[in-house]
Amino acid sequence: METTLLPPTPVSAPLAPVGGSKISARNVSVFYGPKQALFGVNLEVPDNAVTALIGPSGCGKSTFLRCMNRMNDTIPGARVEGEIVIDGDNVNDRRIDPVLLRARVGMVFQKPNPFPKSIFENVAYGARIHGLATSKSEMEGLVENALKRAGLWGEVADRLHQPGTGLSGGQQQRLVIARAIAVEPEVILMDEPCSALDPIATAKIEDLMDELRQQFCIVIVTHSMAQAARVSQRTAFFHMGRLVEDGPTEEIFTNPRDTRTHDYITGRIG
Amino acid sequence: MTDAALPPAGAASAVRTAAERRLRKRHAAERRFKAYGLAAIVIALTFLVILVGRLGMQGYHAFWTHSVTMPVYVDAARVDRTDLAGANYDMMIAEQLLARLGAENDELGENAMKAKDLISPDMGYQVLERLRADPSLIGRTVSVTAPVAGNADLYFKGELGRDIAEDDRRLDDQQFDWLDRLKADGLVRGHFNSGLFTRSDSTQPELAGLLGAIVGSALMVIVTALIAVPMGVGAAVYLEMFAPKNRWTGLIEVNINNLAAVPSIVYGLLGLAVFINWLGFPRSAPITGGVVLALMALPTIIIATRSALKAVPPSITDGALAVGASKTQAVFHHVLPLAMPGIMTGTIISLAHAIGETAPLLMIGMVSFVPGVPEGFTSAATVLPVEIFIWENASERSFHEKTAAAILVLLGFMIVMNAAAIVLRRRFERRW
Repeated sequence: METTLLPPTPVSAPLAPVGGSKISARNVSVFYGPKQALFGVNLEVPDNAVTALIGPSGCGKSTFLRCMNRMNDTIPGARVEGEIVIDGDNVNDRRIDPVLLRARVGMVFQKPNPFPKSIFENVAYGARIHGLATSKSEMEGLVENALKRAGLWGEVADRLHQPGTGLSGGQQQRLVIARAIAVEPEVILMDEPCSALDPIATAKIEDLMDELRQQFCIVIVTHSMAQAARVSQRTAFFHMGRLVEDGPTEEIFTNPRDTRTHDYITGRIG
Repeated sequence: MTDAALPPAGAASAVRTAAERRLRKRHAAERRFKAYGLAAIVIALTFLVILVGRLGMQGYHAFWTHSVTMPVYVDAARVDRTDLAGANYDMMIAEQLLARLGAENDELGENAMKAKDLISPDMGYQVLERLRADPSLIGRTVSVTAPVAGNADLYFKGELGRDIAEDDRRLDDQQFDWLDRLKADGLVRGHFNSGLFTRSDSTQPELAGLLGAIVGSALMVIVTALIAVPMGVGAAVYLEMFAPKNRWTGLIEVNINNLAAVPSIVYGLLGLAVFINWLGFPRSAPITGGVVLALMALPTIIIATRSALKAVPPSITDGALAVGASKTQAVFHHVLPLAMPGIMTGTIISLAHAIGETAPLLMIGMVSFVPGVPEGFTSAATVLPVEIFIWENASERSFHEKTAAAILVLLGFMIVMNAAAIVLRRRFERRW
């Protein structure tokens, strides 16, 4: 069979133009103890766009994602070299407080992980610890706004004080997105956000990503090439800890420059 | 599936029988394993029933006792108004009792001594107290209710009888006759032994109660909890959530696990050497016992807390960190509340163990006769398990039945604490 590439047609036509560079990774290497997981990655991530990181398992895409909000700090023995500059600040700078950084760079995980508290508390938590609301009514407005932006308000408005863990998987993932949005981040990182969801819930999250990219810079790690093709404007392909190539999604899927990219998106490696 | 549906070929049927044999073997193994489990439970339950049943059989008598009520004439000739405590009330009462029973006192007063053995000296104390409150009672008759003596109580309960040779018992046949007479006269009344819970230890078995030991145990467990719980939980949170994983923390972990297995008497020696001899803690006091037991409970609490913290999924911590919570906030807002049921269960069970501990307390001098209720953390006290130990060693038979009662009270204490652990776990458990 000759190369039938995945259809690059996005779900919706790009609504907003892709913004300027938001994040610049310069020569980023990551070590887990003696093992090097990432080798000198250079990548520009544009604002107001979804950038997809794709590649076979263990290629370093999640590791790279976790560099951007310094979640690798929580892994014992992990060491990051190089620079990741977000709006002029190098996140690896000693003077950057990872806690404040993570308020600017939100993250959504593979498995929905709402806190075992009420829906309201889940969304309010981040805003509360950062002191974003001064009164109860302000907090209520903030929670409502975040839930609306995450497309969950209609489904949970009448049960805000029920446990967040009682929602369905797709709703939980949108709740977690609302939780991230409530802190008013600039960047949202998503680590395979749909891999635990059914196709309908996945479609909802994908639609949501498309809307959210108007306001945020979104970086998503995905195993699904179809998903990368559907939601992202730019795609970066990782292989064996190296960034093989990156570019506009359409280009990567229709006209990859590297044979490894070609082999991966046609299913020969992975 | 029927045989007809299967191919009759020899090879196929050989395969089939082999498969059937394996299946039968597997089923037999499963049945065998279930039977082992059931047998283990039945054996354990049997022992439990025997233990509690035997204690109950021995101990329930101790919750029942007999009192005698009699009018006592306070003879002005025998009681000196200026020296109330100097009078021999016991003998005065015994002689009146003897007269009441229609028996003669002899020259040596032996019969009066025998009568005195039937009633607790508490009656004399009560008369003295009444006189102290109101000296005008001298020369008048007061009605006093007091427990019968321990041996008399045993007789009324049928545990001491004429079937035992007269020389082998503390009461002779005449004393039995007198007791029968008292009972027939309606002076003796059986009732719930509330004194067991309102009095402290005494040399007289009928007056010995558990109040001092219960208060002592409570004071001691308060000290233990105040020291062991914050220290244990704090140490566990640090080791589990914050400490770097290196050789030193590994060493500490191994040592904590080893400490949990150190025999409790060793902690008693430590308490004696360090707290009493070196730091000058009071001997036999709840504070000293509490500190020693806290050291003993600490490893268990640390281990229980760490496993409870470990059981909280790391995705919760990640989620908190990802919205910009600091590590401390993530731990105290999310991980610790989720680990709370496990922490509390482990803590309460280790405190319940501490309450029942005797050996280390013997080393720090708690095995002493303390007749009062401890006034505070530094005053001499006794505790329930030590009280059991002391009573069991007593020569008086009445103390033995009290021993069983004290064990039942201690078991009740444990059941209450374990029930509290279950209730707290239920309450704090997130059911979502």
